[in-house]
Amino acid sequence: MGRNEMTLSFSARSENEAFARIAVASFVSQLDPTLEELNDLKTAVSEAVTNSIIHGYDSNPDGKVTIEASIDGDVVSIAIYDNGRGIEDLELARQPLYTSKPEMERSGMGFTIMENFMDRFEVTSELGQGTRVAMMKRIESKKALYN
Amino acid sequence: MSLQAELEHYRNVLIVRLRGELDHHTADIVRNKMEAEIMRGDSHHIILSLKDLQFMDSSGLGVILGRYKQVRSKGGKMVVCDVNPSVYRLFEMSGLFKIMSIYDNERMAISSLEVVS
Repeated sequence: MGRNEMTLSFSARSENEAFARIAVASFVSQLDPTLEELNDLKTAVSEAVTNSIIHGYDSNPDGKVTIEASIDGDVVSIAIYDNGRGIEDLELARQPLYTSKPEMERSGMGFTIMENFMDRFEVTSELGQGTRVAMMKRIESKKALYN
Repeated sequence: MSLQAELEHYRNVLIVRLRGELDHHTADIVRNKMEAEIMRGDSHHIILSLKDLQFMDSSGLGVILGRYKQVRSKGGKMVVCDVNPSVYRLFEMSGLFKIMSIYDNERMAISSLEVVS
């Protein structure tokens, strides 16, 4: 199968978190992933989108979150980015259990979950410009089926 | 609504059954419902019953930890039961099992709390 791509852009509203992860899951379903693989992808997407909404845009719904996803062979690549405030200290933000918004009952596990649930994970950010998360995951189920 | 929270009192235990998807958008539903019950103070302990919870992310962890702190501050215990494998993984990753006990089902969770209360 050749490369397949999709782009999705939506308002930074919390009701779009479910929409975003379901849209990505639907796109990836053509690779016939296992339920576990799908859940990993949905969780990672949910974390990145939630971060953009809460931290990138301070819950201002005028902001836009964009997802670019592609399938190349059995590899899914997902980039999720915003044009929000950016992250001042990336190293600190990536620490497990660290959160800049404890008053909002954030667990500080978002980046840790993305790192654990995906095969590759990368975050870049510029203050006042926005944040971009790029992740990759190999979908194994189909290979297992044909072997 | 993509998340339902069903609350039931059993003796001095509040059983909270979550159904659907727990994320940042739906976390408020859980927070508001549970907080109101905890503040009323009819129940001492909480059982979080997660058999029908189909999805949860770190926002769910946040709201659960928040309620855990509230119950603890009033001297109660909070336990979880019927946890599916993906939710289990999140709990494990965040170290939640270091502070909360996990049981196979509500019956076992209830009997564990009856012993301590």
